Amino acid sequence: MATPKKTVAKESGQEKAGSPPEFSREQELKALRDMLLIRRFEEKAGQLYGMGAIGGFCHLYIGQEAVVVGMQMALKPGDEVITGYRDHGHMLACDMEAKGVMAELTGRRGGYSKGKGGSMHMFSKEKHFYGGHGIVGAQVSLGTGLAFANRYRGNDNVSVTYFGDGAANQGQVYESFNMAELWKLPVIYVIENNRYAMGTAVSRASAQQDFSKRGVSFNIPGRQVDGMDVRAVKAAADEATAWCRGGNGPIILEMQTYRYRGHSMSDPAKYRTREEVEKVRHDQDPIEQVRNRLLASGLSEQDLKAIDAEVREIVNEAADFAQHDPEPDPSELYTDIYR
Amino acid sequence: MPIQVLMPALSPTMEKGNLAKWLKKEGETIKSGDVIAEIETDKATMEVEATDEGTLGKILIPEGTADVAVNTPIATILADGESAADLAKAPAAPAPQPKAAEAAPAEAKGDAKAEAPQPAAKAPAAPVSETLPDPEIPAGTEMVTQTIREALRDAMAEEMRRDGDVFIMGEEVAEYQGAYKVTQGLLQEFGARRVIDTPITEHGFAGVGVGAAMAGLKPIVEFMTWNFAMQAIDQIINSAAKTLYMSGGQMGCSIVFRGPNGAAARVAAQHSQDYAAWYSQVPGLKVVAPYSASDYKGLLKAAIRDPNPVVFLENEMLYGHTGEIPKLPDFVVPIGKARIARAGNHVTIVSWAMGMSYALKAADELAKEGIEAEVIDLRTIRPMDTETIVNSVKKTGRAVTVEEGWQQSGVGSEVAARIMEHAFDYLDAPVARVSGKDVPMPYAANLEKLALPSVAEVVAAAKAVSYR
Repeated sequence: MATPKKTVAKESGQEKAGSPPEFSREQELKALRDMLLIRRFEEKAGQLYGMGAIGGFCHLYIGQEAVVVGMQMALKPGDEVITGYRDHGHMLACDMEAKGVMAELTGRRGGYSKGKGGSMHMFSKEKHFYGGHGIVGAQVSLGTGLAFANRYRGNDNVSVTYFGDGAANQGQVYESFNMAELWKLPVIYVIENNRYAMGTAVSRASAQQDFSKRGVSFNIPGRQVDGMDVRAVKAAADEATAWCRGGNGPIILEMQTYRYRGHSMSDPAKYRTREEVEKVRHDQDPIEQVRNRLLASGLSEQDLKAIDAEVREIVNEAADFAQHDPEPDPSELYTDIYR
Repeated sequence: MPIQVLMPALSPTMEKGNLAKWLKKEGETIKSGDVIAEIETDKATMEVEATDEGTLGKILIPEGTADVAVNTPIATILADGESAADLAKAPAAPAPQPKAAEAAPAEAKGDAKAEAPQPAAKAPAAPVSETLPDPEIPAGTEMVTQTIREALRDAMAEEMRRDGDVFIMGEEVAEYQGAYKVTQGLLQEFGARRVIDTPITEHGFAGVGVGAAMAGLKPIVEFMTWNFAMQAIDQIINSAAKTLYMSGGQMGCSIVFRGPNGAAARVAAQHSQDYAAWYSQVPGLKVVAPYSASDYKGLLKAAIRDPNPVVFLENEMLYGHTGEIPKLPDFVVPIGKARIARAGNHVTIVSWAMGMSYALKAADELAKEGIEAEVIDLRTIRPMDTETIVNSVKKTGRAVTVEEGWQQSGVGSEVAARIMEHAFDYLDAPVARVSGKDVPMPYAANLEKLALPSVAEVVAAAKAVSYR
């Protein structure tokens, strides 16, 4: 039996050298604000789910915020983002409006998909967010196709294609890896390894638990990244975007991260101990790391509370809108099937 | 006894070929494996290797001879010790093989995905039934005769010239010139950027195509056959068909999935299946299944321009068939419109794609007995042109559907239901369905023939609904 990983941030990544480059205060503040927005948003979504305002599946991103926020800090306008069903954080990081996302969760007409997509299926052409896909692994081929389009058009955009440690075992992932390297497509495969594919620990599902090596047979380079440290994520993303924009083809970033909540709202999470969750929260929380650094650099609790208050206001407004916006008009049933 | 070299079948649908060149002379020694001649098929020039050893005794078909039928003796080989005097002992040409099935054999087939020459059975005659002119074609338009293979290629080439966002990807579409030579010449005209050979990864490249379409490109994704697209069906349905709806209209997918569909010949269950009913159930997809050469061209052009995902079902049995195609700079047939291929007042026969070959022949047979069948070629399965069907049934009061696919939940069942819903009071008999039998496709020639619909079954069904 393979031994489970002891810590989230593994010491022996392929290219791990000391601590990541420091952020400027401005960067720290942006990272804090963006991660807080995701956390507060997800906490609110959890509440609304409990109240019955959100239906179906709802997969929360709490704990993994540093991944999307760090990645996004390295992107430029035009770069595409695509992910699976745990997608709220990605949308907020792409600067999609909290109101539109929350209203989609509640199935209202003001939602990004007019209430017809729900938690797992949202898109924004304007923000270059390509979903929101409910079939595990499907977004990997699609994201490779976005990169194909970039190469076809000869632009310098990069497709950032997120998937989890569970999806990483799907066959089409490797079909995509093969084509991406064969055709030197500008795609960053971000494997968010949160250690559990629903209830199955990585050690029980994956013969190769070092996901940065999953591209070895295709000659795709990979890095293991401390996905709880937004600076490490940003540094890896900088390297990866440069690699892709340089015409070198795809690259894999394994983000070692952790989700605090269950797989979905209906998951009692009996497959791990409360202590395990508490330990990660206590030792590695991505938001706390930034807060502590900012406090050490001279900012006051008061300063940080102001950021939290601003974020809470955005989230409360979104929740209010999402509960009062009307449901889609019945005529919407038959729209958007064909163009 | 001298050995006869027969005109080989170099692809399973080949019926005849041109003897382009002899590479050995009479009297020359031949070893097994020597290339002795070059033969041109409609797809390529192929080398013929000797399988016997000896001396080339006599060339029976001189080089430059066109249209030499498969199995015609083309030369004799003398074994060691034999001389020209023995030539007279050569056996007569073998008796023609019993016609295995009405259907023609497949071309490139098998999981090996290689074009392995197989003995050819007789292909069905090209559609010759008298059919009505297509209303899409202006009267007096000059027509050119082309194979359906050429019609498809021209449709793609024209659309690729028209729109730089259109490209084609699939297995063997570029350097090999298409497993069935449908993409012949496209690589040479458009280059490797737009004509892209993929690895054998249907699931993956279908997803790559859909992703590229979401980004605004207009891919044509060729499946070597639709059987292999089963691996990709998730991307076709869950990603391509549903995204427009799930995005509230923001993100559509202009993409064509195309390739040969339906029963081929002698390739058994995994390689002989009709997917028309499968895909036609899915809102968000359009499903096109043409029969005539001009529809193949005009509908493929429409499919490429369509902003929605289109499943374009072809028949490899028809690729080599010729038809009249209007010589127009931009001939496009609208998706969603059926065509009355033959007018009649007594019974309506609704079919599409390969089923039309049975339907039209049956109509000829029925006419001899005084039953004038109106034959409707659906052309598009989804959206279905209910109006044309219903109008015809209101006139005839009787209807028969013909398809190669299975009966349960088949397209014929859908047609029958619509007739019942919209023309029940006009019906003089229950709608009859002629379809493929409810079995996986067998390999044996006789069983395969039984598994497919037949002209006789269509005739019988038309008579039954006419109480004759």
